[in-house]
Amino acid sequence: MASGNESIKKTILVALALCLVCSIFVAAAAVGLKPIQKANKALDRKQNILAAAGMLEPGKSVDELFKRVETRIVNLNTGEFATPEELKAAGINPQTYDQKAAAQNPKLSRALPADEDPADIKRRAKYAPVYLVMSGDKINKIVLPVHGYGLWSTMYGFIALKNDYSTVVGFGFYDQGETPGLGGEVDNPNWKALWKGKEVYNNQGKPVIRLVKGGVNNASPDAIHEVDALSGATLTSRGVTHLVQYWMGKHGFGPFLAKLRSKGVQ
Amino acid sequence: MSEVKKVLFGPILANNPIALQILGICSALAVTSSMSVSLVMAIALTLVTAFSNFFISIIRNHIPSSIRIIVQMIIIASLVIVVDQVLRAFAFEISKQLSVFVGLIITNCIVMGRAEAYAMQNGPVMSFLDGIGNGLGYSAMLMVVAFFRELLGAGKLFGHVVFQTVQNGGWYQPNGLMLLPPSAFFVIGLIIWVLRSAKKEQVEEPEFKIAANSRAQEAL
Repeated sequence: MASGNESIKKTILVALALCLVCSIFVAAAAVGLKPIQKANKALDRKQNILAAAGMLEPGKSVDELFKRVETRIVNLNTGEFATPEELKAAGINPQTYDQKAAAQNPKLSRALPADEDPADIKRRAKYAPVYLVMSGDKINKIVLPVHGYGLWSTMYGFIALKNDYSTVVGFGFYDQGETPGLGGEVDNPNWKALWKGKEVYNNQGKPVIRLVKGGVNNASPDAIHEVDALSGATLTSRGVTHLVQYWMGKHGFGPFLAKLRSKGVQ
Repeated sequence: MSEVKKVLFGPILANNPIALQILGICSALAVTSSMSVSLVMAIALTLVTAFSNFFISIIRNHIPSSIRIIVQMIIIASLVIVVDQVLRAFAFEISKQLSVFVGLIITNCIVMGRAEAYAMQNGPVMSFLDGIGNGLGYSAMLMVVAFFRELLGAGKLFGHVVFQTVQNGGWYQPNGLMLLPPSAFFVIGLIIWVLRSAKKEQVEEPEFKIAANSRAQEAL
């Protein structure tokens, strides 16, 4: 039996047959499980939005709670909500819009020059989703997606602001690959709780919120803009500062939030 | 029957893939900072090793030796992708934590090593058991390492607080080194020391003898 194995014909035959069988196997698993994976991802995202806004209630379904949240798309270049015509022209459905994918699409994003890219995200999508928590027809809270590079990974998270568009209600990452136990402590609930009540903008409207090493000195006038850095994770902490300042700044949601503050919802 | 027993349980202490064969160290360093992640990794690796051994053994008489390694790789890679997909569908949280390491099972030396050393010469059933056995050996080692790393590094076991850490108002000052991959070298090294003290037959013959009272020049 073994003698025939070494012929070229047999070699090619075995290789082809094996590839065929394996590819069918892999494709079946990937395609068959796709709907469940997608549902998981969407649910995870919603859960994190609710968590940032402090709206998660044990025992209640995420989908049920998410009904109170309105998803809108913002044009980051103009700082306005994208109009329905604009969205149609760009082929965007607010419910399914994927900012991560759009950032890779040359039509919907642009490459950032190094001096404009403190968060090290390389490309920024033109449109970003925002999540409005309404009470009546007024915005109660707003949840904004943020991302940026830490030490090893791009960290994706949400920051929730009160309707003064400066006070943090909640902050957290839903996807990060930092060192477990050090930078990975960005997921520590105790640390995340430190963000609550901090103010993003100073009196001049600049996003000055930052992490400080060695603990926040509560006596300092800047304490309202400062959060304790993570011990043993200098680069992750720096990344968090950069990404929050970037997304709250003039190239991120800064203009949009400024308009909201002066005009209210439209 | 004793053969089955030897194949199945031998790799746990007598012939541990990590401690004796020193295979699969890479993932043992990477994922062992938390016990629950290690457990999933251990299960995933055991399944992949068992099934890759099984399938490779079934077609072992038809594998041309010139493309032998590639054939093994394809089978292993397919299995790993399937495991990854299943984890993403049914254990989303854990798959997020394991992230890239599931994919890296493909490069785990234990899987390849067992396929090449055992499955190519033995029948499917025994090969399957051999895969399970080596997976168990790997799992046992992973769990022990993770036990020490998570306990000493974070004061937790399976995410439950055992020692309340200073950061959270307790008394335990966690050892940050334990959370970093290099600490697994120390832990694995110590385990190997303990194992070889207990089982003298695992001690290798030294390649060089160190003579008493020799000077540096004489050694050269």
